[in-house]
Parts: sequence; C-alpha cells; structure tokens
Amino acid sequence: MTTSTSEVLAPPTERYTILGWLRKNLFGSFWDSILTLVAMWLTYAMLKPALVWGFGEARWQVVADNLKLFMVGRYPAEELWRVWAVLYLLAAVIGFTWAAWVKTKEKTAYVLLAIPVFLALLPFTINIRLMILALDLFGLLGFALGRGSNPKIKNWSIASLLLYFPVGILIIRGFTAEEGFMPVVPPDLWGGLMLTILLAVIGIIFSFPIGVSLALGRQSKLPIVSWICITFIEIVRGVPLITILFMMDLMLPLFLPAGIRVEGVIRAFVAITLFSAAYMAENVRGGLQSIPRGQYEAAHALGLSGFTTMSFIILPQALRAVIPILVSQFIGLLKDTTLVMILSLFDVLGIGKSVLGNPEYIGTAKEVYIFVAALFWVLSYALSYASQRLETSLGVGER
Amino acid sequence: MEKNKYSTEEAIPFWRDERILRVLGQIVFLVFVVSLFAYLYNNMITALAAQGMTPSFEFLKNTAGFDIGESMIEYVRSDTYGRALLVGILNTVYVSIIGIFFATILGVILGVARLSTNFLIAKLSSIYLEILRNIPLLVLLVFWYSAVFITLPRVKEAISLGPVFMSNRGIAIPWGIPSETWSTYLVVLLVGLIAAFVVAWQLKRVGEKTGRPPLTTFWSSLTFFAVAALGWFVLPQAPMVADYPELKGLNFTGGHVFSPEFMALLSGLVIYSAAFIGEIVRAGIMSVSKGQTEAAKALGLTGFQTLRLVIFPQAMRVIVPPLASQYLNLTKNTSLAVAIGYPDLFSVGGTSLNQSGRAVEVIALMMGLYLFSSLVTSAFMNWYNKKIKLVER
Repeated sequence: MTTSTSEVLAPPTERYTILGWLRKNLFGSFWDSILTLVAMWLTYAMLKPALVWGFGEARWQVVADNLKLFMVGRYPAEELWRVWAVLYLLAAVIGFTWAAWVKTKEKTAYVLLAIPVFLALLPFTINIRLMILALDLFGLLGFALGRGSNPKIKNWSIASLLLYFPVGILIIRGFTAEEGFMPVVPPDLWGGLMLTILLAVIGIIFSFPIGVSLALGRQSKLPIVSWICITFIEIVRGVPLITILFMMDLMLPLFLPAGIRVEGVIRAFVAITLFSAAYMAENVRGGLQSIPRGQYEAAHALGLSGFTTMSFIILPQALRAVIPILVSQFIGLLKDTTLVMILSLFDVLGIGKSVLGNPEYIGTAKEVYIFVAALFWVLSYALSYASQRLETSLGVGER
Repeated sequence: MEKNKYSTEEAIPFWRDERILRVLGQIVFLVFVVSLFAYLYNNMITALAAQGMTPSFEFLKNTAGFDIGESMIEYVRSDTYGRALLVGILNTVYVSIIGIFFATILGVILGVARLSTNFLIAKLSSIYLEILRNIPLLVLLVFWYSAVFITLPRVKEAISLGPVFMSNRGIAIPWGIPSETWSTYLVVLLVGLIAAFVVAWQLKRVGEKTGRPPLTTFWSSLTFFAVAALGWFVLPQAPMVADYPELKGLNFTGGHVFSPEFMALLSGLVIYSAAFIGEIVRAGIMSVSKGQTEAAKALGLTGFQTLRLVIFPQAMRVIVPPLASQYLNLTKNTSLAVAIGYPDLFSVGGTSLNQSGRAVEVIALMMGLYLFSSLVTSAFMNWYNKKIKLVER
C-alpha cells in the first residue's frame, strides 16, 4: 500500500479568517451560540446605561472640586510642595533602579513614562499639569544617574529604595518647629489617598521584621516560644481587622501609662502593623517551608551555627520566594486600610464620605464612590501587574 | 569518687550547655512576655480605676435601652445587653450563611465561565474577576448602600417586578406563612429526608458492587422532593400559604421585606467574595492535568461524565483549603456591616460599648466570638479536607 502524495491536504485556514475565528470561539455549537447571544445582550444592556450615565448625567464636578481633599486630605496647602517632592523623589528612585537593574529601554519603561503624560491630559490647571510632567523629568534624571557600568550601582539602587521610605515619611511629617523650613504636620492632618498609601506602606514595612520573627518563632523547636507565636498569629488571623482597629483605638490609651496621648492615625498604624504582621508571618512560614531539608543539613555539615544558618542560608532563599506574595499582601493591605474610615479617619474613602456630607454635593454618591473605587483599582491592578513581572524576573516559580 | 584523670572531657560550663541555654532562653522570653502583659494590664486597671470601673461581665444583665433595626428573635429596647449581643450574633450568622451560599454559586459559575471555550463568556468573566478583586470591599458596600439601595424610589413609586417591590425601604418579596398543617408537614419532610438517605446508601452500595457509580446526589434529592411534593398535595390544607407584599399607607404589609442595609451587605459580600471563589475554582480546575481529560475522553466518557467523575473530584482537593479560608474571610467581613448600619455582631457590640462604657469587656467578648467561629469553621474544613484527601500508597 502506498499513500498518494498528491492528496496532501492544505493546512486548515479557518483559524486565520475572521469567520473561522468567530465560528470557533463564539458559535462552536448550538448552545455556544445561545450563550454568546445572551452574553452580547447582557453586555449591551449593562454597558449602554452605564455609558449614557458616565458621559452624560454624571456630575463629575464633585471630584474635580475636591481633588485636593481626595489626594492629601487636610494637609496644609502651603506645605503641599513636600508631597510633590516625595513624588519626584519616587520618580527619580524608580528611574535609578530601572537603569541599574533593567538597563534596556523596554516597552514597560515607555508605559511608565506615559503615565504622567496621560495624567497631564486630564483637565487640571496648567500649573498642576507642568508639575505632573516634571515627574517624567525626574524619572529620566534618575535613569541618567543610574547608567554606566559601575558594579556598585546595584547596591546603591537597593540602598536608595530602602532609604526612600523613611526619608519620604520624614519629609511629609516635617522635623522643624512652627516657623522652620519644614514645620511638623501632625498625622491627624494627613488624609486622602496619601494617608491610604502611607498606612499600607508603613504597615508593610513595620510588620516585616515582626512577621519574620514570628515566623521563625513559630518554626522554633522551643515549645514556649513557638506556642506564644502561634497564639498571637492565630488570634490576629481569627478576628476581623476592624475589631483590632477598634481595640487599638479604644484600648491603646488604656494600656499606656496615664498622660501619654496617641493620635488616632498612630493608633491605626499600630493596629494595621500588628494585623499585617500575623499574615506576614504565615507568608514567610510558607517560604521557610519551601526550603528543602538538604539546605539545613548542608549548613550543619559545614559547621554553621543555627543563627548563621538562618541568616545566611535559609532566610535569603525563603524571602526571595515570598517577595511576590508580599506584593499581593501589600495590595490586600492597601484595600484593607479603607477600614480606618469606620474610626472616622480621613483616608480616601473617609474623605469621600465627608464630601458627601456637604449639602452642595447631595446625590453624587455614585460619582464619588466610583471615583474612589477607580483609584483603588488602578493602584492594585498596576501593583499586581508589577508583581507578576517581578515573579518572572526573579524566576521564583522555575526553581 | 575520684575523677578519671585521663579523661580530657570536662563538664561543659552551664552557660555554654545548649540544653540549659534552651530552657533558660525560654524562661527569659516567657518572663519578658508575661511582664509586658502585666505592665499593660496594670496600666489598664489603673486607667479604669481612675474612671471608677473594674472589669466585669455583670453589665450584660443590664437593660440595653437601644433599638435594633432588624432581629431574628424578639427584641425590645428594655431587653438586656446580653440579648442585644445575641441578636447581633444571629444576624451575623444569618448573613454569613446566605452570603456563603450565593457567593459559592456565583463563584463556581464565574470560575467555570472563565475557562469556557466561548471567547465572549471567558472575557466577560475575566473582566468581572479583575475588576472586583481589585476594589476594597468597604468601597463596594458603601457604594451599594448609599448609591444604589437607598436611592431607589420612595415606597409610593416603588419599582415593581411582578410581585417583588423595590423601594428605598427595602426589597419586598412574597413569603410563605405556615398554616395549621405545617407541623404535620415537617414530619413528612423528615420522612422524605430519611428516604433520601436510604436511597443514597443503596445506590452507593450498588455503585461499589458494579463499579458504575450512579447519580447518587441526583436520585436522592429527587426522592426527597418527590416525598415533599406528595405530602404537599395529600395534606387536607396546603402547609404554607403564599403572602404577597402590598402597599398599605406608607409601607408594605405582608410578604417579607429585606432592608436596604441587609441587601447592600449581602450583595456586596456576594459579588466580592464570588470573584475570589471564582479564581479558586479556576485554579482548581486548571490544576487537573490535561492528560486526565484526554484519558477520560479516550475511555469514552461524555463531557459531563468527565467533569463529574474525573475533573471535579481531583479539583476539589485543590479547591477546598483556599475555599475554607475564603468562607472565613466572608464571615469576618460581615463586620464591615457597621459602615452601613446593618445590626451585625460588631455593630451591636459598638453600640453596647458606647452605651455602657464597657470597652474592654465588649471588645474581648467580640474578639472571642469571632475567634470561636473561625476556629470552628477551620476545624470543620480540616476534617472535610482530610476526608477528601488523596490517599497515597
């Protein structure tokens, strides 16, 4: 038997035509077609009123009028330049880190540069537009500084990242007396998106050492240490964040010696840090458990002590494995910080609520909350995208 | 006894002996933690004493003196704090159970839809998941409450969808009122339940004998519903009479009215949690290797059989642990009800705390209750997880 070569079929083309694609992906079978039609109708029925409302009836003026409140709350207007300075510093640090680690002018870099340009297209005053565009300038400046083949640049970029947060917080808080160069702005005046981000950033930074210690404590062979750590972790994880916030708000003043007053924002910081530490501990424990026993045994065979094994062999590997999870924990924390609204602090949601209390803006609840939701969405989506990139570049999943 | 002078071994000094160090270290740690707590506790007692209070739970027997919007048990403002908190607990449990039920259904649909070969369905589902997972729940709740449910028209102009009325006072739906034969009917339902169990047990035995597992769940629930339907018509009077909501004066009478607070909390919780459950279900299904589907196809199983007998049992093992923690999250998230005024445990607790000034006791009580429910749920889930775990050789 011989097969005739003349009967070789041409490769199927349906994949490459629009009709073929439609047939394959939308109208594969009878039920598929029905589903597609129902889905199309549903999309139309929901999208049309939404678009009509969003571009016609909605009074977005409420957002534009209160933009400063949404961004920084009651932060004094004459000190606003400090917030800008912190943002410029961030742009510069990002540019510097990019130059040190990624080096190439990748697509993502252009996306990052396009963000301020896009923001500047929104209807702001000309001054604010220029201020936003200056972000790009500082980013490029940082990039220029980070170029070159100095091997120490990578270390510097890590140092600049680590230093950025304390310096940024210091600039926002200020450190001189009333009439000085940077008068102190008490945390109770921080608000809006700035407070939301600060709560999450400070929460994650402070909870990191506590969380790592708790995770090590939980893994410890010393029964009393591990029991105390387990109790703390399980209690905090077993109750809602709001009860912890509430407890700190009411009980921290009781716990401290008489006469010490703690501001509401600081109480929220403490509560969020403790809460986040318990979750951090569980994430780090996951990382610790992913380290094969052989690593401990090898370190032991080399004669390393328990402490050296942990700090030079186990933790560096474990923490590298949990970095992407930490980003998603940060996203969760960012969303959870909205709960401080219930303690009447003015985070971005609290500001939204107080804006709606103004009789001038009655009936704009939809606009305000959609704006707040959109802010959170953009932030968390961007972060989760970044964490996926980070995961691939660290190669965590591949080892 | 004389010491062996040839031995080079000397007793390790106790400050370098690891066994002693471990015990000592733990004692130091314990002393540190205990004294920290003692210090905080002491401060607290001093501060409370300055206000003329000592911690005690006696206040639970005092009259609460505040109203609660909705309650599943009799409650009036002259009842005790204890009873008020019980109302809160029941409300929390109520909304959690209904929330878990609907979130699971919606989540499974979304997870399966995300994997659909239909491009449009998969895209719509993934857009839903991406949007909802990146928005804080509290924003969603406040949005549902103040931008949707209380902006519905007033009672007079209520939107009516058949017998369902939607207004800013809530959603009124038809409800059943038990009639005289209701108690007899409960017995019928019990009989149906027993019959269903018998059928399930028999079918399982047949399945084990022949190696062809029948649709156990389907047939046993069919049995139950058949008995239930039979009882309904055989009894001289229908055990339940439908009660339709009607507009009388300024409010609805009859039927059952779900308050805007309840509806906002439930819809917020459901659509938020469903997004997370959807991702869990998707990950679970994707964790079953493609070879399993292909092998099932090669054996001649239909699509539905493949799902039921091959994919699902294996996906469940991956799905259950994160699903359990999602259920726990949902239960804990009900505490956000305080932002929209639904009287759950946290909200009632907060009011009691303000009324009685008993901050320490109320907070301890609330944390204890949430902790208890978390521990019970996770114990149950661990048990279930163990049951369906892969039995390795």
